[in-house]
Amino acid sequence: MSLPWLTILFLLPLLGGLVVAILPNRQDGSAETAKRAALLVSLLTLVLAIVIAVRFQADGGYQFTEETMWIRLFGAHYALGVDGLGLSLVVLTAILTPVVILAGWNDGANGRFGERAFFAWLLILEALSLGVFMATDVFLFYVFFEATLIPVYFLVSGFGGPDRVKAALKFLIYSLAGGLIMLAGVVALYWQSAKITGTPTYLLSDLANIDFGTSVGRWMFVAFFIAFAIKAPMFPVHTWLPDTTEQATPGTSVMLVSVLDKIGTFGMIRFCLELFPEASRWATPVVVVLAIISILYGALMAIGSKDIMRLIAYTSVSHFGFIVMGIFVMNSQGLSGANLYMFNHGLSTAALFLVAGYLISRRGSALIASFGGVEKVAPILAGLFLVAGLSSLSLPGLAPFVSEMLVIAGSFVWSPWAAAFAIPAIVLAAIYILWMYQRVMTGEPGEGVIGMPDLNIREIAAVAPLFLLIVVLGFFPKPLQDVLNPSVDHTMSEVHLQDPPAKVGGEEVK
Amino acid sequence: MLNSLSVLSSQSPVVAPQGAGDMTIPLILVLALPAAGAAILLLGGRRTDRFGHLVGTAAALGSFVCALVLFFNLLGQPADSRAIQVDLWTWFSAGRWQVELGLLYDQLSALFLLLITGVGSLIHVYSIGYMAHDDRRRRFFAYLNLFVAAMLMLVLASDFVGLFLGWEGVGLASYLLIGFWQHKPTAAAAQKKAFVINRVGDIGLSLGISLILATFGTTSFAQVSELAHEANTGVLTAIGLLLLLAACGKSAQFPLQTWLLDAMEGPTPVSALIHAATMVTAGVYLIVRSNFIFDLAPDARSAVVAVGTITLLMGAAIGCAKDDIKKVLAGSTMSQIGYMIMASGLGTVGYAFAIFHLLTHGFFKANMFLGAGSVMHGTNDDVDMRHYGALRKAMPVTFLTFAMGYLAIIGFPGFSGFWSKDKIIEAALGENLLVGICAIIGAAVTGFYMTRLMLMTFFTKPRWEEDVHPHESPKVMTVPLIVLAALSVLGGLLLINDWIVKFLAPVVGEVHEHHPPIPAVAVSVIAVLVVAVGVALAWFLVGKKDVPREAPEDVSPFVTLARNEFFADAFNDEVIAQPGLKMIKGLHAFDDGVVDGAVMGGASAVGGLAEVSRKLQNGFVRSYALSLVGGAVLVLLALLVVNL
Repeated sequence: MSLPWLTILFLLPLLGGLVVAILPNRQDGSAETAKRAALLVSLLTLVLAIVIAVRFQADGGYQFTEETMWIRLFGAHYALGVDGLGLSLVVLTAILTPVVILAGWNDGANGRFGERAFFAWLLILEALSLGVFMATDVFLFYVFFEATLIPVYFLVSGFGGPDRVKAALKFLIYSLAGGLIMLAGVVALYWQSAKITGTPTYLLSDLANIDFGTSVGRWMFVAFFIAFAIKAPMFPVHTWLPDTTEQATPGTSVMLVSVLDKIGTFGMIRFCLELFPEASRWATPVVVVLAIISILYGALMAIGSKDIMRLIAYTSVSHFGFIVMGIFVMNSQGLSGANLYMFNHGLSTAALFLVAGYLISRRGSALIASFGGVEKVAPILAGLFLVAGLSSLSLPGLAPFVSEMLVIAGSFVWSPWAAAFAIPAIVLAAIYILWMYQRVMTGEPGEGVIGMPDLNIREIAAVAPLFLLIVVLGFFPKPLQDVLNPSVDHTMSEVHLQDPPAKVGGEEVK
Repeated sequence: MLNSLSVLSSQSPVVAPQGAGDMTIPLILVLALPAAGAAILLLGGRRTDRFGHLVGTAAALGSFVCALVLFFNLLGQPADSRAIQVDLWTWFSAGRWQVELGLLYDQLSALFLLLITGVGSLIHVYSIGYMAHDDRRRRFFAYLNLFVAAMLMLVLASDFVGLFLGWEGVGLASYLLIGFWQHKPTAAAAQKKAFVINRVGDIGLSLGISLILATFGTTSFAQVSELAHEANTGVLTAIGLLLLLAACGKSAQFPLQTWLLDAMEGPTPVSALIHAATMVTAGVYLIVRSNFIFDLAPDARSAVVAVGTITLLMGAAIGCAKDDIKKVLAGSTMSQIGYMIMASGLGTVGYAFAIFHLLTHGFFKANMFLGAGSVMHGTNDDVDMRHYGALRKAMPVTFLTFAMGYLAIIGFPGFSGFWSKDKIIEAALGENLLVGICAIIGAAVTGFYMTRLMLMTFFTKPRWEEDVHPHESPKVMTVPLIVLAALSVLGGLLLINDWIVKFLAPVVGEVHEHHPPIPAVAVSVIAVLVVAVGVALAWFLVGKKDVPREAPEDVSPFVTLARNEFFADAFNDEVIAQPGLKMIKGLHAFDDGVVDGAVMGGASAVGGLAEVSRKLQNGFVRSYALSLVGGAVLVLLALLVVNL
């Protein structure tokens, strides 16, 4: 029996979201029913994602594939499928959505739209994000890619800080601009595939076999890369991110940074590398330099940030720099590290955003200067904040270390200089995390902090799975690597890459 | 100047461990017990407050028992097949690089295991008393357990990356414990400083691991030690220098030494365990463990010797100028580790003696730090030696045990430090006269500052604060002191028949006959005489005079220099921190003004988006929907146009 697993996975949160939107409020006006329904839907989606992950056979290729001609004129298909990378991001999305719903249980109140809307949009966003990671047709991917803007726009502009509408617009302008540039690439793909093969196609499996020629390939690469760089976000097109996370609710920021921004780096591997291998190798030096700038620039900006949410946003600029560097140094260590980094960064940044969100909601301010001495009144909150921070600075034993070490080693293999320029970031990371911890958590509690309650059971339960995964994957990332490494090998062969041999002891390698 | 150091052995021993057999369980338990202790106490929360200190201490003692079992089993094996390994699981892999999370137990890790769990257990016991009145005592024990587990991981790892896990793990424990009283701003600043400076050292370890991978395709000790001789000297030198940078951070060696004195903000048992006996010696371990690299990289070894020599003199100078008893001891730790680093840089002739001194120093310095803690316990936590004086009568046990540590560190004949330091001086003189002389000068200065500390604390006239009534500490604190004092006296026994040298030879290489330019006996005599001069000087300058309660202001530039730790902090602040913060401020202005402005402005100009966004803001839902439809139409049109 062959169920359309991925279609079901996509429809479940989508329809769930629509149901949540129309569920009536209780008699006391609370949206409790809708909220519980949303949590239930997200948990069912997670269960389904886990079932799919368990049934997945890691062999580097796409599985659970579905393919139906959609618009024959363009060669567009409704085609879904996951490889290791896609699956890992699907699972990440499915894990984070219930976490965000439970952690943000009260974040929908006092919004511009009804409380139900917050949860409905979250589920719709989940569905569309899953669609992005599962699409194996470029046109379908593009539709999902653009469609995610709608729920994000409403989540940011409807719920959050006072300047949320402005922030939502800025997000929209950047994203639309990126989308427009990508559109040019999408159209060009159609045109070229029609020209070269006679029939237009958007199927990845078809496109990967087409040699677009040097100059056209490079142009298309650039179009896709710019769109993904905005999404990721990389220097110099990153400024929308801190503005958005400053205003959005912590949950929205998690969906944005941990899930949606991954589309950028996911797209770089799936489209830039696999469709335009020649152009990717051509662009490598420039991209790596941009990545190194992002790494250092994001870290330095984080150190100087006065607002906790902006600080976390800038750490992500730095981390995405690492991911992009790992992708473009084009060896097993770099690519494997980048793939793993996407998942780990999703966990650790989510943990940091959500715990910071708990903290900020207690104080009513996100300014670092308005805190001090929190550890004394709320030790569990402080402890989790520290662990999330240590995870962000890639402490060995926590998940992100493995991926960062792999990226650093991979970039060193590519060029010692690349690693040497990027490496100061590990010191800067220690500074931005621990200096923030020092100012927020240590010292004697001041006004506004005295009497601050520690985390309640719901808050702890919401983030506990993240911390558990961060520790377990820190020591035992094997299950994840078993899924990811075959797709790394697949990418390597698509791009015709081989690892350089070790300088000595080469006879063992082969 | 140090080029006279030659390549001493053409072939360093290869790390070739066997399966662990019966010893698998003790080897896992030695690490698992303290790790479990930390987990229980941290996750158990306040429920474990009542008995947390007992759980923590039991975990450390259990780990010590396992270490003993392992050690005696090892002694029962033939010398060349003593190394055993347990591979727990594959940590991660990518391409040909596969990192096993494995435990390698050999002669070198055996000694560290005994030191870490033995001294560690004593310090756990001591802390039961020392932290009795702290309502966060349970958490203190959790962190101590965490430290022990991480330190054991560091010395048991079978791969450079596994070592890195322990390396940063002890860094985390150190961070948590330095800032244990983090409501004090000074403690909070010190904990961050220690971690950040250690991270500078970690640059060395990260890049070192990367270079090892790029060169050998593996990072396991066994494989790298086998392949090392195939690599070219330039690469090996680079690896050595990167590892040295790492060692400088962890072991507080010049130029990354500034964090150690600030780290004294932590509770005193922490200073004894982490910042004297064990963690700060990890740099020495790293170099000795990587002997297969350093043996083939004489230039890297020269750099190691230079760093060690500079630091041993700097630390000693700082020790002379401080009035805070813990900071004197911290300066002394820097200096003594300088000896060890220097010895490890001498190559095969020095490795065993570096480890020997590391062990004896672990005994006598832990002894003296705990002694200092006992003194503080009796004087309302005062650390200023100018407020001490004549404490020998009020605190006889503390005094006597401290005196054993004192005699050991200055190298009084027969005491442990005499043997270990003497061997280092001898080896240094054999390799390079200048380095040897510096080592001898260091010994004299050690004699001076330690005598000054003894006199100001236990002799001279009482200069106590008004409400201080010095008293001896409880048994739970003095018994560990007595045990450590005994070890400080007897530690030299490890050298009988050159035991430690022969014991470590399968790991660090055989020492070939070396002929010191000066006979060994003469070296010992010179060293003792020089130390005597230092002691006498202290007696005349401190013991014979009244010690003022306020530190004199009109002091020589040298004292000012040493008091301010050679202005290293001021240098870092002026040259790195302040300009760095200014640059970051500039970057923020740049980000807001230029980067954001250019992109937003450019976008507006190109697409008339400013206009659009104004419209969007007005009737935004409708307009937005409209723009989406517009977008969709645009897509379709574009596709159709191209199709035609």
